[in-house]
Amino acid sequence: MLQERIVITGIGLTSPLGNDLASFREKLLAGESGVSTFPVRNMGDQPAGVCDFEQTKYQKRKEVRIGTRAGGIGIYCAHEALANAGLSLSEIDPSKVGVYLGITEHGNVETETEVCQLFDHYSEEVKYWSHHHNPRTVANNPAGEITINLGLTGPHYTVGAACAAGNAGIIQGVQMLSLGECDWALAGGVSESIRAYGIFAGFKSQGALAAHEDPTKASRPFDRGRNGIVVSEGGCIYVLERLKDALKRGANIIAEIMGYRINSDGTDYVLPNPERQEQCIRQALDRAEIEASMVDLVSSHATSTPQGDEQECKALRNVFSEETGTLINNTKSFIGHSMGAAGALELAGNIPSFIDGTAHGTINLDDLDPSCALPGLVMNEAKEKKGGINVILNNSFGMLGINSVLILKKFVG
Amino acid sequence: MNKDKVKQIVLDIIAEIAPDEDLSDVKPEIRLRDQLDLDSMDFLDIVMELRKQHSIDVPEAEYRQLESLESCGNYLLPKFEATAA
Repeated sequence: MLQERIVITGIGLTSPLGNDLASFREKLLAGESGVSTFPVRNMGDQPAGVCDFEQTKYQKRKEVRIGTRAGGIGIYCAHEALANAGLSLSEIDPSKVGVYLGITEHGNVETETEVCQLFDHYSEEVKYWSHHHNPRTVANNPAGEITINLGLTGPHYTVGAACAAGNAGIIQGVQMLSLGECDWALAGGVSESIRAYGIFAGFKSQGALAAHEDPTKASRPFDRGRNGIVVSEGGCIYVLERLKDALKRGANIIAEIMGYRINSDGTDYVLPNPERQEQCIRQALDRAEIEASMVDLVSSHATSTPQGDEQECKALRNVFSEETGTLINNTKSFIGHSMGAAGALELAGNIPSFIDGTAHGTINLDDLDPSCALPGLVMNEAKEKKGGINVILNNSFGMLGINSVLILKKFVG
Repeated sequence: MNKDKVKQIVLDIIAEIAPDEDLSDVKPEIRLRDQLDLDSMDFLDIVMELRKQHSIDVPEAEYRQLESLESCGNYLLPKFEATAA
């Protein structure tokens, strides 16, 4: 049980499938892929998830020039989340707002750009190295840019948690609200990773980069033809509040945080560990004080790699079964792997199921891998669940063996 | 090269680094910071773009020579002429 009841009162996002929750959800239910291609330095066009939000909606052109893509994504999502929560910064104390953003990595984009420019145009003379490099690459950059843009004066930092970061940012917000460090938490995750060729090259060298002649078919978790990750950009930020405060101001409560857990494999740099994943899920269930059978929907982490998907399925199969009646789906099949944003963005895509009682599908499942044939797997088409969807469990795992699980429930006043 | 051309080059650089600013009525004699929203990092950008685009180096001790459009013209013209020579 959580020390303090924490609720979600606002959601702001940008994804390869839309720049607000309603359009994102609509396309998930319609089974539409958001993956296209992106020109990657030294590697040509690659399947990727690209966002098309209007960056100057909330930033001056000069801010866009000086800041980072991750910062711009964060600023867009933060504004949208506050508006969705019905919060006006002129009416609240900016020192009471904390910003906690999950990131898989940060700084690769800017560093690569500087190094490449130096080599390509300036004979490696360091006097051409940008004075913007350090403020762009410090690890708190995306969260810090949000505070500058919005004039927030509470705490801000990022949480580095590989691809478990989206959940980790939300969990950090929950904890800081429980400790009374802030009254509102802007918490979630962001990713600008498609703009760093090293990310693509690293996955390719690892044998974990997706390739397909049709980019919309490249991200295919649980399918026998899956061959790797589609790298995506995106962001999702939630407004979190203590329940008592949200009720006091008459906020629209979207969902309640029920439980969470982060643990470590302690075994390998890249290979997942299904035992520790299962343990993480069970410990999150314990904290939420529920049985697996109470989980209506699992938003799986599976990234479309041959080994990773199979390992997560082992963990899920040990917890969820025909008897638990739990549905399992996967959002990466639609938008690719949005890295630091993934956990937060995938959760957001599923939150409307509290209202419509429907789990979106897992697309590109043309030839289900028998080792991934989970009971309850929602294949291709969206599926309505009898009795509705009242509890969602969100998996998000990352390199160096970091596992994160977040459990939400439908808020009943 | 003449002073007016140098001033236009500086204005073109400012247009790149401060794209939200209205540069249609910049007063040559008034400090740029007093009429435009420019901070110290922006002046470093001006210095960097002079270096990158025109191979002109401005030593740190001489940054103050860039404080107005007029002073830019006076200070940079000999450097542009030397570069062209």
